[in-house]
Amino acid sequence: MIKNKVLSALVAAGMLTSLSLAEAATTVTIGTVNNGDMIRMQSLTNEFEKAHPDIKLDWVVLEENVLRQRLTTDIATKGGQFDVMTIGMYEAPIWGKKGWLTAMEQLPADYDINDVFPAVRDGLSADGTLYALPFYAESSMTYYRKDLFAENGLSMPGQPTWDQIKGFAQKLHKPEQGQYGICLRGKAGWGENMAFLTTMSNTFGARWFDEKWQPEFTGEAWTNTVNFYVDLLGNYGPPGASSNGFNENLALFNSGKCGMWMDATVAGSFVTDSKQSKVADKVGFALAPSQVTTKGAGWLWSWALAIPETSDAKSAAKTFVTWATSKEYSGLVAKTSGIANIPPGTRKSTYANHKYMEAAPFAEKTLEAMSSADPENSTLKPKPYVGVQFAAIPEFQAIATQVGKLISGALAGSMSVDKALASAQKVTTREMKRARYYK
Amino acid sequence: MINSNILSLKNSRRLNTLIIGVFAWTVALLIFFPILWMILTSFKTEIDAFATPPQLFFTPTLENYALINERSDYFHFAWNSVVVSFGSTIIGMLIAVPAAYSMAFFETRRTKSTLLWMLSTKMLPPVGVLVPIYLLFKDFGLLDTRTGLTVIYTLINLPIMVWMAYTYFKEIPKEVLEAARMDGATVAQEIYRVLLPMSKGGLASTVLLSLILSWNEAFWSLNLTASAAAPLTALIASYSSPEGLFWAKLSAVSTLACAPILIFGWISQKQLVRGLSFGAVK
Repeated sequence: MIKNKVLSALVAAGMLTSLSLAEAATTVTIGTVNNGDMIRMQSLTNEFEKAHPDIKLDWVVLEENVLRQRLTTDIATKGGQFDVMTIGMYEAPIWGKKGWLTAMEQLPADYDINDVFPAVRDGLSADGTLYALPFYAESSMTYYRKDLFAENGLSMPGQPTWDQIKGFAQKLHKPEQGQYGICLRGKAGWGENMAFLTTMSNTFGARWFDEKWQPEFTGEAWTNTVNFYVDLLGNYGPPGASSNGFNENLALFNSGKCGMWMDATVAGSFVTDSKQSKVADKVGFALAPSQVTTKGAGWLWSWALAIPETSDAKSAAKTFVTWATSKEYSGLVAKTSGIANIPPGTRKSTYANHKYMEAAPFAEKTLEAMSSADPENSTLKPKPYVGVQFAAIPEFQAIATQVGKLISGALAGSMSVDKALASAQKVTTREMKRARYYK
Repeated sequence: MINSNILSLKNSRRLNTLIIGVFAWTVALLIFFPILWMILTSFKTEIDAFATPPQLFFTPTLENYALINERSDYFHFAWNSVVVSFGSTIIGMLIAVPAAYSMAFFETRRTKSTLLWMLSTKMLPPVGVLVPIYLLFKDFGLLDTRTGLTVIYTLINLPIMVWMAYTYFKEIPKEVLEAARMDGATVAQEIYRVLLPMSKGGLASTVLLSLILSWNEAFWSLNLTASAAAPLTALIASYSSPEGLFWAKLSAVSTLACAPILIFGWISQKQLVRGLSFGAVK
């Protein structure tokens, strides 16, 4: 009887202890997207919790647009549901300026913030204050099929021009064999066709706004860009190109149907992975094409981790964010998933590592593309906005989505290029007036 | 002569049955095709899932299911779906039955307009009330809770539940209830012993419809939950990727999310059909 009582007391004491321990752990809720690198980070939760037993990680994985909507609602209403948010280079400076994000100051000495590429750091800052730490970053580049180029006696320069690309596409386009000269983004969206088209237009000498925030869609540079794009993709691209985004083109390229593809550098690891690509050993890399200028040819984007001001676990969240974006984390990924899977594009030390450069055939061009991307100076003529493939102003997302739909419509043949551009000019001017940039 | 006439009549009836049968199967297959394609895609690799032309014959793989099992706690999400769907349906029925009873048997001149007003709330785009509801949920501590989701699902489905129950109750002659009253039945007994047994089929279909609508609801579940109360619809959304192939994995997780409600619908199809056609023929 006494034995039983002692046993019960011990069990109760044990339960109380474990309860109080569980209560002591701070829960950090992380909102993120379902990208390969993010999922890898999620799978390393145990490693983090082992090293920091006082912090428990809770993951909320959402579709990109849903995540954006959730985060915006939560921040705007001070809901405080998230302690860490996965945001992009577009949101970080805007939200930071509004005072929604915690400044990333007083980082641990071993974090080595100077190791992070300056362009990435600047892209995540507003007025000199860093508001998010980059988890991975990307530029854009040209992927091409080395075997098809050799068969057709073609040679890809280090940075081709769009005219050269058109010539290659003409020769490689054999739709009867299920092979298309070129695959490009056609799906409407500010982060889909407009991200690509903005970089293309940069090289044609165009810009979104002049120094007085007036849009320039009806100008010569934009007209040349969109006519060239519609002609190139319409004649030498796959059928239904107006509904192809990153993923659709990735699938087409991986199944051997595209001669060339211009898109994010992050695709380098996908197209060279034999588990998901039929052409893994046949892919060559070049910089994104130029035309009248090389400025703004390759974009600059980063998925970064930020801490909202509404978080009630800021200190624990900062511990996690600095861990997930550190050199230590890169080492852990190299150990557990292979060195080629280190989150790319953020740290100079990654590209100084010979083992990484050998394991990742796309790394050299990624580094070159990242180094030449400059969000402050990405157009031939001066511009009033920051960003290579976007303008970092709150109105851009809505405007570019509408413009993207118009250009996608022109590509699908539902309206002429001139009409699409005239409508784009009208829509953009109206929205900018509404936002009181001018009367 | 008479025999041959009977024979030709029989033949034409058989032909009619055959034509109707073929037509019904074609329509059924067309409606079921997206679900079938989703199930097939869930057994493909990511490259096969994106193949052009689409592949009907392929080497099946269970890798997508294995990955989901490894990455997500399916039963946590499924349990949340069960709790909020059944919870909101039970609460909804507790409110809808008395409301429909009073509207059907004690009709006033405002009853019809009240019913229409209730239904009109379904026409409001949910995003229009997202911010006020989010703020209310925040203030009451209901964000990311099953209680909060149950409340919102109850409110969403209540107009349809009241309408359906009202329609079924209207089919029942008032005299039957009056007879019960004459025998000394209280209001509760009247509803419980007379009304409910008589409209069993109709109410069963109301319950089923509410369950299906709650199970499939995605807008509020994605916006009001994070991790603790997230149902299966949130799990599906988490498998869509902006950079990387995901169709096969998304199909596998969608199949897992649809499976319980499909099985439930299959088992209860008789009640569902009987309820939906209740009162269709007088």
